[in-house]
Amino acid sequence: MNNFETVAKVLAEYKEIDPSEIKMETTFEELGFDSLDIVEIIMNLEEAFDLELEMHESLVDVKSLISYIESLQAKA
Amino acid sequence: MSFSILSTGRALPKTVLTNEELCSFVDTTDEWIRSRTGIGQRHICMEESLTDLAAEAARRAMASAGVGAGDLDLILCATISSDYITPSLACTVQEAIGASCPAFDVSAACPGFLFALDVADGYFARGRAKRILVIAAEAMSRLMDWRDRSTCVLFGDGAGAVVLGPGEGLRSLSIRTQGRTNVLYVPAARGNLPGRAQGPESYAVMDGQEVFKFAVTAMCRGLRGSIRDAGLSEADIDWVLPHQANMRIIEFAMSKMKIPPERFLINIERLANTSAACIPILLDESREQGKLKKGDLLAMCAFGAGLTSASAVIRWEID
Repeated sequence: MNNFETVAKVLAEYKEIDPSEIKMETTFEELGFDSLDIVEIIMNLEEAFDLELEMHESLVDVKSLISYIESLQAKA
Repeated sequence: MSFSILSTGRALPKTVLTNEELCSFVDTTDEWIRSRTGIGQRHICMEESLTDLAAEAARRAMASAGVGAGDLDLILCATISSDYITPSLACTVQEAIGASCPAFDVSAACPGFLFALDVADGYFARGRAKRILVIAAEAMSRLMDWRDRSTCVLFGDGAGAVVLGPGEGLRSLSIRTQGRTNVLYVPAARGNLPGRAQGPESYAVMDGQEVFKFAVTAMCRGLRGSIRDAGLSEADIDWVLPHQANMRIIEFAMSKMKIPPERFLINIERLANTSAACIPILLDESREQGKLKKGDLLAMCAFGAGLTSASAVIRWEID
């Protein structure tokens, strides 16, 4: 599974929707996430990627999430 | 030798503030508060002092155990919102109930009750006490900035108490501190020295997302650790008493644990977050409702400003 597929799976499981509904451009606002949903998703992504993720205001959509995860993977 | 819980008691202020009533002076809605927190109302000290509440909870616990003020060897109070900066709440309660034993406060924010149990455990281990009164009491409404809708909706006031005696009820207990001030704090009193820059007002400040993340992690790791330390598995636990900070924290922790959700005891909808008082109030309510049976294994966990966290497994020894 590539990074996009893993993120899509985590988001889709949280939202209880089909992963195919998640696109690179999908925003958290479109998915109806509030600030606590985002924390829960970040924690689920930490488990999925085995990374420690910080909260950032810039994390607003799938694209920003994946580039953040990839920046950490590059450092690891 | 450690301790067993001999009895419990609680006291709540008379005034109830519902979400709807709160909306008359805070820019928020019942729907917003419920969906973010699971809270519907909270009790607020309008006429009562914190000493009144703490002493009432103590009297109920003492009456239930058949323990008089003269029988107490130690009074421990967990609080961050005492009536006075000094003397401690333990001192004012000692006066109110007519006791004469040593009395002092434990300041560890929301897990304060479990920190106080850890202190009590040491007294029993050293053979220094036969009867210890542990009270957790908070008037959080005093520490809120009622113009800050992100924090003032979360908290409530109340007190819970237990009387402890020598026994084997305590199966495991651990307390943890991770010094991180900036995510959750209440500045101290400022004084009025002329010429000195005024610091911030004494209201609670919280970074909700950071605290949420810490809370979920602390709760899952704490519960798992204390259950393991007690030589048990998650399936052995009859009841979980989680700190009642936010229903969303409890639900997320539930989803990560192998304990059925119906074993988590919850009263946040009615009482909100009463800080250190959450767990002993929940304990007394659950006892009154007949949920707790002798021999039941209770797992407790709390987290708060510090950052502090604590967890315990206690066998219920009351018939």
